[in-house]
Amino acid sequence: MSAVAAEKVKEPKEPLFSKKNKALISNPLDDDNPITVQVLGICSALAITVQVKQAFVMTLSVMFVTAAGNVIVSLMRNYIPNRIRIIVQLVIVAALVILVDQVLKAYVYDVSKALSVFVGLIITNCIIMGRLEAFALANKPWPAFLDGIGNGLGYGMILILVSVFREILGSGKIWGINLFGNKVGALLSDGSLATEATGLYALGYVDNGLMILPPMALITVGAIIWVQRARNTKLIEA
Amino acid sequence: MEYVNIFVKAIFIENMIFAYFLGMCSYLAVSKTVKTGVGLGAAVIFVLGITVPVNYLMENYVLKEGALSWLSPQFATMDLSFLSFIMFIAIIAALVQLVEMAVEKFAPALYASLGIFLPLIAVNCSILGGALFMQERQYATVGEATVFGLGSGVGWFLAIVAIAAIREKIRYSSVPKPLRGLGITFIITGLMGIAFMSFMGIEL
Repeated sequence: MSAVAAEKVKEPKEPLFSKKNKALISNPLDDDNPITVQVLGICSALAITVQVKQAFVMTLSVMFVTAAGNVIVSLMRNYIPNRIRIIVQLVIVAALVILVDQVLKAYVYDVSKALSVFVGLIITNCIIMGRLEAFALANKPWPAFLDGIGNGLGYGMILILVSVFREILGSGKIWGINLFGNKVGALLSDGSLATEATGLYALGYVDNGLMILPPMALITVGAIIWVQRARNTKLIEA
Repeated sequence: MEYVNIFVKAIFIENMIFAYFLGMCSYLAVSKTVKTGVGLGAAVIFVLGITVPVNYLMENYVLKEGALSWLSPQFATMDLSFLSFIMFIAIIAALVQLVEMAVEKFAPALYASLGIFLPLIAVNCSILGGALFMQERQYATVGEATVFGLGSGVGWFLAIVAIAAIREKIRYSSVPKPLRGLGITFIITGLMGIAFMSFMGIEL
């Protein structure tokens, strides 16, 4: 009864981009960042940050799934029985991820191969389940959509930041373009292999191979957390 | 011998945490004390040991191209593998629920120590990750898939117990303030990952 009564009270119409709604997008970028503050979605964030391109595709995929999943769950929030909500949410998310997977396979096959199991693992990405549980189940579709986009952006920001460091330091490239000249044996634009090093490599510069390996992703994220918390002291843990 | 090889590889070389970062969320959240770490780790071994072989049977008798041919020859060209995500996650969620009920009924003592962790596990990436790696690597028999599942679980267990022990000790050291808690845990995990890289290339 109370739900019906609450609906009858006419709420003043909220503008689409009210202050509260803008905060839904801007908060996850810093104060409430899904990776560095909420500690959600770490699994995929670390594994696919070797190249900027992969990180970018992953960001778009996760943003789509969080936003769409949030909207769908928010629309259904009054009809989902509480006890089986986890399985309902998993099925919705799994269906969305299958869509993403098929689209990636059709249009960017090489990236989809490089992401391997991590596309499937978007299903169990804690950001998505976390936002569905914490936000979509209790809010209307439009704020839920903004919340999904905001968290997707916050996730992507860290992802791209980490991958920029790892790609530049680890393989001397960004988005696959050489920054410091060619190494011996690098593929040139005319299809032949470089026989002598150019640019910085001719001066004896060597890529830091450790940056490509998995452990350095963790250390990079650790350093990002350090910088963020030094700037924003209210995030420091006791 | 093949089994031992897969087991050792899954624990040390292809460790779920240090090589693929799977299950990081619960790894970071539940590793504050060794006791809870051991509980969650044991639950992961248990669930991986069950779900990987079941998903293996699913993959090989229902989903893979031509897998349905045991039903009737006309299904020999069917390829349902695009459904694998939804099938795997449904099987995992259902099995976790079943296991939880069975443990509660038949082993209340075990339930008291594992129980609270079991629902968490359905959305632990390492479980779905185990199923997806099993699919990608095409193990030859159910036995190999089971050994792979158990091995990955043991690897995950080792990782979470080790980090929990370190975190208990690090509480008494003077870590720079902004690095306390999450930051230092990330860096320690990275250093442990570098240590685990020394196992690379081991074959039995």
